[in-house]
Amino acid sequence: MALFGLAGLFIASRAADATFIWTGLAFTLISVFWIYNLIRISFDEAEGKRVRAREQVVPYTLLAIAFCSVLFHVLSPWWWAPIASNWHYIDNTINLTFWLTGIVFAAVLAFMAYCVFRFRHREGNRAEYEPESTRLEAILAIGTSFGIAAMLAPGLVVWNQYITVPDNTVEVEAVGQQWSWNFRLAGQDGRLGTSDVRNVRPNGNPLGLNPDDSHGQDDIVVEAEDLHLPVGKPVRLLLRSIDVLHSFYVPEFRVKMDMIPGMVTQLWFTPTRTGRFQILCAELCGVGHSIMRGWVVIDDEQAYQAWLGAQQTFASRASPALASSEGDSAGRPGRQDGGRAHAPH
Amino acid sequence: MGEATAEPFETEPSAEVPEVELYHATSWWTKYVFSQDAKIIAIQYSVTALAAGFVALVLSWLMRLQLGFPDSLSIIDPPQYYQYITMHGMIMVVYLLTALLLGGFGNYLIPLMVGARDMVFPYLNMLSYWTYLLAVLVLLASFFVPGGPTGAGWTLYPPQAILAGTPGQEAGIILMLVSLMIFIIGFTMGGLNYVVTVLQGRARGMTMMRLPLTVWGIFTASVMALLAFPALFVGAVMLLLDRLLGTSFFMPAIVVMGQHQNYSGGSPILFQHMFWFFGHPEVYIVALPAFGIVSDLISTHARRNIFGYRMMVWAIVIIGFLSFVVWAHHMYVSGMHPYFGFFFATTTLIIAVPTALKVYNWVLTLWRGDIHLTVPMLFALGFIVTFVNGGLTGLFLGNAVVDVPLSDTMFVVAHFHMVMGVAPVLVIYGAIYHWYPKVTGRMPNEMLGKFHFWVTFIGSYLVFFPLHYLGLMGVPRRYYTIGDMDAIPLSTGMLNELVSIAAFVVGFAQLVFVFNMIWSMRNGTPAGGNPWRATTLEWQTPETPPGHGNWGKDLPVVYRWAYDYSVPGAEQDFLPQNQPPVRQGTRSTEP
Repeated sequence: MALFGLAGLFIASRAADATFIWTGLAFTLISVFWIYNLIRISFDEAEGKRVRAREQVVPYTLLAIAFCSVLFHVLSPWWWAPIASNWHYIDNTINLTFWLTGIVFAAVLAFMAYCVFRFRHREGNRAEYEPESTRLEAILAIGTSFGIAAMLAPGLVVWNQYITVPDNTVEVEAVGQQWSWNFRLAGQDGRLGTSDVRNVRPNGNPLGLNPDDSHGQDDIVVEAEDLHLPVGKPVRLLLRSIDVLHSFYVPEFRVKMDMIPGMVTQLWFTPTRTGRFQILCAELCGVGHSIMRGWVVIDDEQAYQAWLGAQQTFASRASPALASSEGDSAGRPGRQDGGRAHAPH
Repeated sequence: MGEATAEPFETEPSAEVPEVELYHATSWWTKYVFSQDAKIIAIQYSVTALAAGFVALVLSWLMRLQLGFPDSLSIIDPPQYYQYITMHGMIMVVYLLTALLLGGFGNYLIPLMVGARDMVFPYLNMLSYWTYLLAVLVLLASFFVPGGPTGAGWTLYPPQAILAGTPGQEAGIILMLVSLMIFIIGFTMGGLNYVVTVLQGRARGMTMMRLPLTVWGIFTASVMALLAFPALFVGAVMLLLDRLLGTSFFMPAIVVMGQHQNYSGGSPILFQHMFWFFGHPEVYIVALPAFGIVSDLISTHARRNIFGYRMMVWAIVIIGFLSFVVWAHHMYVSGMHPYFGFFFATTTLIIAVPTALKVYNWVLTLWRGDIHLTVPMLFALGFIVTFVNGGLTGLFLGNAVVDVPLSDTMFVVAHFHMVMGVAPVLVIYGAIYHWYPKVTGRMPNEMLGKFHFWVTFIGSYLVFFPLHYLGLMGVPRRYYTIGDMDAIPLSTGMLNELVSIAAFVVGFAQLVFVFNMIWSMRNGTPAGGNPWRATTLEWQTPETPPGHGNWGKDLPVVYRWAYDYSVPGAEQDFLPQNQPPVRQGTRSTEP
């Protein structure tokens, strides 16, 4: 309990805003009262008074855990970042699940607290003998099944939306490698050319595009820089990796999918607001896992077209002179040295 | 069922094996070291597993130091971080929890609880322990080889596990795979033993539906482990071949750091399926013995029969079965065919029903009980809280679309630590305090035990509850450092500091436990044969600690189920399983 109190003080002292201070102080107050109560009880005990509260530490703790957990959930500032894609359905399903499970958690703990309080051992007590009750067990089984179904059904509906890619999407490719992100957009012909890991050359062809495929020549290759996408247009991301497992994850978009060498995976979303969002790697990919960052910039149509016009195609990159001159002018904050994304140290 | 108590032992031709001559130890070495007595083997298993667990605990401190104080107390570098995270996970899941619950508790309790003199294959049993010890030593040896232990994460996903960007790629990964294979060989010997002993070694009158739930839990978990571990074994062999002989089971064409690798055509996802076909049952291999043990703890210390015994047994069996058809819920965003999501989300949420029923029956056992808040009971209550918490967050992760943003984040870390870390460990502690008097003949110190409980329980709740919210904000798991992450507020560092401080306090509290165990062995109050006034057979042995062969001259005969607490009309509030019925026509004491 003292630990709890100290933690509360700690939070309050380091607080950046009002919510924090109050959360921290609430923690501390609770624990101070608690410790006071324990001391009071021990004095009562020493004076030979009838000890009442001592046995009730357990039920009170159970109630406090339920109460503090809910309080933390509601009051703490640690919550997901505002959504920036169409997947608010996922948020809704999570919130529904939080409500249902939260109620069950609090109910079980409250019931336990009541039992421990009411049926604690006292002289002469004897437990009731009741091996089973088919009726009660059936009611509980059916009730639980309904609760589960209430979470599963919307989950499956949204899952169906999540895996059903609409027809009007723009195809964009994201390729992971240790430890950076590369991207490819279709050129004038609107098609991505074929690719194969065996074609990968670190200089000139990092994505392994097939040099003989005419569709690939006008593809726009973005190497270790920000990916730009237009707001409001559904995007289908084709995901590849050239070395180990990675996972494309943008917390604000609520989407995630592993990238697997040897195959192409996909996900889709519609960006709903402009801004610059961080891409995190969510699948352990070696020692650089935590610094493998990239950025997606969601532009309005005008800014997007301006960015698109400044990009190089696969064919133009293959010509070194052209590539170096344009490469310099394209230098921007997200650009990294040696392929590493923003190292925090 | 309503059968009269006078009948069963006459109508039931028991599955008892004929009395066979036990192996009798002739020297100190064969009695205490290369022992074939299940009780000694149990202690060897437990001590080895707990020692390995303490190594893993220290590793977790080093990781928490890094995560909580990345600027001021960063004493490990990224390769070390990934090595420690791997070893911590593997040791805790396989070498501590599996070995302790099955090898430790299984060995001690199965023969005593079913009324046998020993395991049916004592020599094999001994071999099982020494093979296990070898596996532990091989695993720990990887700390001392060039390159250190593997840093592939406990899931060991290829291609990364055997490529240069991962620490321990030289020798560590080989030792890890070999150690797992040795462990599985050792476990197979032990597991067969547990299953056969439960089926064939039961005393006269001990029907399957009279077994204590502890035995049911360990029995079902052993059957599951025998079916699940081979998948891991095969996966380990194939990965080893990929690493050593250059085969391509799991390895497609790959370019690492600009170098084309000599692999092509393999499938990384295949390994994930094989791993999780083992890995998910593994969760229940750990959970089911804990379920069984906690049922017995609650029943004994609440002085009330376990509520809905038959439902509890069926729930264990159904959970055991279902756990083989849910494995791909670990893989919703792995790139497997998305339609699998519908199937695995449904099976996963179905498994929540029998699990929830078990929770209801535990808390309903408290209802109108006579609850003694002893140390084992406190741990059992702590288990229910953490298990319910962790089980409910499982409903988030099992539901495919909810899993998408949460998968591979700290939410997952929080979930599985709560449900298969803290919860089973609380049961293990409760069980140790509960059976310590039988093993040593002395009571563990109650005050130290209560201190240990409160710090461990509240502390680990403070460690793992906030972690859910880190994951909700989008912090991925297995991050050496969060760095500047746009999606989270700066104050998140504070949350991490809080978690780390709580983790250190919890860790140090475990020293109190170790002290208590050692100190009470000599200084505890003598316990007598049945200090908790429990019904099951292990408390009815003629000697405490039980001698060689457990039962003296005659094997016990069982007349009733394991939960005759507070039977109306009975003099005491418990009737041991081997106590004959007093007279014809008493009312049924069995459901």
